[in-house]
Amino acid sequence: MKPDDFDYVSRLLRERSGLVLTRDKAYLLESRLMPLARKRGLKGLDDLMMALKKRDAALETLVVEAMTTNESFFFRDNKPFDQFKSIVLPNLIKARAARKSFRIWSAACSSGQEPYSLAMLLREESARLNGWKIDIVGTDISREILDKARSGTYSQFEVQRGMPMALLVKYFKKKDENWVIDPAIKSMVQYKELNLLGDLRGLGQFDVVFCRNVLIYFDQPTKSKVLNAISQIMADDAVLYLGGAETVLGVSDKFKPVPGQRGIYALARGDGASSLGAPPG
Amino acid sequence: MKSCLIVDDSKVIRMVAKKILQEMRFETEEAEDGKGALELCQAHLPTAVLLDWNMPVMSGIEFLRALRAMPGGDKPVVVFCTTENDIEHIQEAIEAGANEYIMKPFDSEILQAKFAQVGLIDE
Repeated sequence: MKPDDFDYVSRLLRERSGLVLTRDKAYLLESRLMPLARKRGLKGLDDLMMALKKRDAALETLVVEAMTTNESFFFRDNKPFDQFKSIVLPNLIKARAARKSFRIWSAACSSGQEPYSLAMLLREESARLNGWKIDIVGTDISREILDKARSGTYSQFEVQRGMPMALLVKYFKKKDENWVIDPAIKSMVQYKELNLLGDLRGLGQFDVVFCRNVLIYFDQPTKSKVLNAISQIMADDAVLYLGGAETVLGVSDKFKPVPGQRGIYALARGDGASSLGAPPG
Repeated sequence: MKSCLIVDDSKVIRMVAKKILQEMRFETEEAEDGKGALELCQAHLPTAVLLDWNMPVMSGIEFLRALRAMPGGDKPVVVFCTTENDIEHIQEAIEAGANEYIMKPFDSEILQAKFAQVGLIDE
């Protein structure tokens, strides 16, 4: 790809999604945009660039989607889910006992593995949640990937990455070569198209936010802006989950790490001791 | 050191699995059918067993039932690794005492994820 083409696309990505693409990631651009060029009946990247530079809005959206779509798997990293089950959920059950409801947001949920993992986890705990109303909201910038999430259909390869076999047998049905998630699990998750750089307030307030492996793609000011916006739609005792390589330290003063709980952050404005991430005791 | 017994009638699969497992710091042993695997287990029990289903002489599921019936045979963590990819087979494996199930084709990422899930390795 020509240097000025690279600059053009990287500027577009930055403006539209906040994604920062450095020159060493040029290979990523080529590998992700070639399939898109072919889909549009174009010969190669040069043709795609020509079409793009005519300011074709639909094509711009497709390019942003192709570059921001990330791989995802069920129960990614296991530990955040174990921690959610053993600490956050019991805290929620206590703290929200009066209204018997809570809301979880899976930000940049890609093809739905994270919100569905949470839905299965909560279904497994349904004995403790009888009569509770739980919202799980999954958002992503890519319409195409949300269509896949809504279909709840995964390849054999996808269902094997991280999903315990007991849950696979319980919550999936095989259809031809694919695995389709149980309609009851599917109905627990609502999907919405959303740009994290846009206005988040329409989503309502959340008690738990999963925003893992998203910030790594943003530059420092964007990270800080997104974290601040997220903090504004969280309940005072709510918790935020970030990915293993991410932190709030030096990025945002709206959050502070929950002591002893790696990857989990409470609001700085809240009272640390009563955060939903604090181990009971 | 943790040990893993690789049971598969395909030499190629055993080789691929061995390479991945050694990178995960497992000592490996190999058997080409359930009977050979059972004999090795009678001599000493491995930490884990990576187990094919369809094999001559003795199948994986027959081996698993025999293993679980042995003294101490409840200990090894058994992960099936087979081309059988329908719910019925997975269910049968769970009932026979399998700990996890991998559907071929597999790669090192899937193997590592499954081994992490059953607590054989840290993530």
